[in-house]
Amino acid sequence: MNKRAFPALIGLSLVFFGVAPILIVRAPNEQEMGLIQKIFYFHFASWMAMYLAILVLGISSALFLFRRKPSADRLAVAAAEAAVVFGLMGLITGPLWAVKSWGVWWTWDARTTMAMILELILVAYLILRAYGGPGSDRLAAGLGMFAMANLPFLYVSTEIWRTIHPPTSVVPQLPVDFGLPLWWSVAGFIVLCLALLTARARLEEERATLDRLYLALEDE
Amino acid sequence: MRRFLQVAWLVVRKDLRVESRNKEMLLTTLFFAASCVLVFSFGFVRGGEAIDGSASGVLWITIAFSGTLALGRAFERERHHDALRGLLLAPADRPAIYVGKLLGVLLLLAFVEALVVVMVAFLFRAPLFRHGWWLLTLLSLGTIGFASVGTLFSAMLLRTRSRAVLLPVLLYPVTIPVLIMGVSGTFALVQPEPDLALARLWASMLVFFDVVFLTLALWTFEPVMTE
Repeated sequence: MNKRAFPALIGLSLVFFGVAPILIVRAPNEQEMGLIQKIFYFHFASWMAMYLAILVLGISSALFLFRRKPSADRLAVAAAEAAVVFGLMGLITGPLWAVKSWGVWWTWDARTTMAMILELILVAYLILRAYGGPGSDRLAAGLGMFAMANLPFLYVSTEIWRTIHPPTSVVPQLPVDFGLPLWWSVAGFIVLCLALLTARARLEEERATLDRLYLALEDE
Repeated sequence: MRRFLQVAWLVVRKDLRVESRNKEMLLTTLFFAASCVLVFSFGFVRGGEAIDGSASGVLWITIAFSGTLALGRAFERERHHDALRGLLLAPADRPAIYVGKLLGVLLLLAFVEALVVVMVAFLFRAPLFRHGWWLLTLLSLGTIGFASVGTLFSAMLLRTRSRAVLLPVLLYPVTIPVLIMGVSGTFALVQPEPDLALARLWASMLVFFDVVFLTLALWTFEPVMTE
């Protein structure tokens, strides 16, 4: 992993997150929901970052499983942790918004159910990595692929069932006043996600190097 | 293809023969499933009347619980005398071995389900047999989905520490969609006004998940089991 990528990415994400509040405050209030709708700019963006992290997790898991690339495994760990964090942000901002606009904290709607299931799979992945011991990396890669297989279901869940959660298709139809701060936040979250991925994957790499050195020392 | 089926059948036959000699898995799983339903009936049946809609949930939760027990045992057996290594060293397709193990688990779960369905129908006064064929379809599809992931995971977990704990931890999150569909489909059948269209919708969703799960399992079994 490139050493210089992390400072550049984190700097860029600082720019995005510095400007985002200004754009969000300037965006007009939504007619029905008013101020509370502004949570959307971070809610949707954290899910986008989670989608990206899960894609990275699935693809790098497949690469590790079929091509045996150790670097892919390290990236998968990083992606799983990032996905859990961004998923958690989505799961926290969602109920905060829901309690104001739907009147309940949580409802077992198709979209929220799928999101919760995906978060559970990712946490299970981390538990496996933590307590599975040697040999669990390949099993974890299999699990990572199962996590990615759920992504399409999460995406279409609002299109198949008539649910209370608004469908994803409303996003591209947003007027510019709402769209600009939204896509700005999405870009910020994605850059932050990439920064976390590079940092975390590098940590795993350093760890692997350290392990190798220990082993070499013992052999002498 | 013929050879593939032949290998799968040989693995099934081997498991059946081992099982027929001591009947350990069958009896323990059946007993566990029966006690599960009884425990649920203490919780959800008041004065002879089950709580509204609880029967379909109890049915599927019991299947999931006893399925986990059976899956854990199905591969634990292969650890004795390094039998798994022998199985994997055999000049046969690895996916065929997976299919063989899966069929064995499905056969066992079919027995368990026969008992559980009768017990739930009796203790919860649920009209499970009103649309018997639909229930059979939902149960078969749901069990295939659950067991296809479960067989893969319990095979993979053989080499890791704390297998017994990790199997349910990994298996339940992945198979929740299958359980939700099974419960919802069964509920559509046993409610006072059965909704067959809804049951058909859930069954077709189950088919979809089964295909995804089976494909992924067959695809990943080989690289995951290779040392």
